[in-house]
Amino acid sequence: MQTSTETPRARLAEGVRKGAPFALAGGLLALSFGVVAREAGLSAVAAIVMSAVVFGGSAQFAAIAIIGQGGGVGAAVGAAALMNSRFLPMGVALAPSLPGGAAKRAAQGQTVVDASWVLAAREDGTFDRWILFGSSAVQYVTWIGGTAIGALGGDVLGDPSALGLDALYPAFFVGLLLSEVRSRRGREAAALGALVALVLVPFAPPGVPVLLAGAGALIGLMRRARSEAASG
Amino acid sequence: MSTSLVLIAGCALVTAAIKAFGPIALGGRELPERFAIVIALLAPALLAALVVTQVFADGQRLAIGTDTAGVAAGALFAWRTGSIIACVLTAAAVAALLRAL
Repeated sequence: MQTSTETPRARLAEGVRKGAPFALAGGLLALSFGVVAREAGLSAVAAIVMSAVVFGGSAQFAAIAIIGQGGGVGAAVGAAALMNSRFLPMGVALAPSLPGGAAKRAAQGQTVVDASWVLAAREDGTFDRWILFGSSAVQYVTWIGGTAIGALGGDVLGDPSALGLDALYPAFFVGLLLSEVRSRRGREAAALGALVALVLVPFAPPGVPVLLAGAGALIGLMRRARSEAASG
Repeated sequence: MSTSLVLIAGCALVTAAIKAFGPIALGGRELPERFAIVIALLAPALLAALVVTQVFADGQRLAIGTDTAGVAAGALFAWRTGSIIACVLTAAAVAALLRAL
């Protein structure tokens, strides 16, 4: 791939460029998080700190929703962990592309967010870590900035639901998904993942259906086995 | 404030642990080809699951709402324009419009 021959600095810049549209969309999302967090009883500072140290939209929204409904902190942290459990397979996928010792690899793994992980993925299953870093950096800035605006200026903005801000988050993932379903195999994995998740929704706690939907990727092995059988 | 503190610290710690697990357990190894094929398909599988659980589910209940229509409109826009910004703004605008009616 041509990007891998460029300098780290150039690829970092490429990551920033590619991540910028997602950063803008993420900033709007963070804005609604800031408003919702205040409504759930967090101070503006707490909301901003949470975005800075957790940096994960679905986990933050899930945790805040439970606190807002009067749930316990343990339940909220558990929900956040489940929502973020998809980063387990993502981290496993990324691992072979990270150099250095265990501590260094673990630190680099902290930069994974959904959009960056997708943008950094190469077709051969490896990842360009500099694109990952650049893309996450620009998204980190707007994530904190958006949270600050929402948390401090929420009274001016009004009801995030009336503004349709809750539709932003799934739309964000639709935008990411579209680039992944251009291949037939990608469409099959997406369809299988969606099916697994929908079937599990009524039975499993939120977050678990998404984690287990990762099994949809195993369809790659089936198709491979089938084509091997056909050619052999 | 102490509740917020425990909440934030708890969420930060579990997230860091989850993100660190893969790189620590599996780093510095060669990638078998079969592994690579599955990895490349993880993104569409996980993303599609994220979309459908947010659009068609309300907690543990399956439900369709104004956000479903908004996201559908956004998806159409993204498909035509390839723009993530157009996608999310359309989704929010359509959902807001339907709620205002």
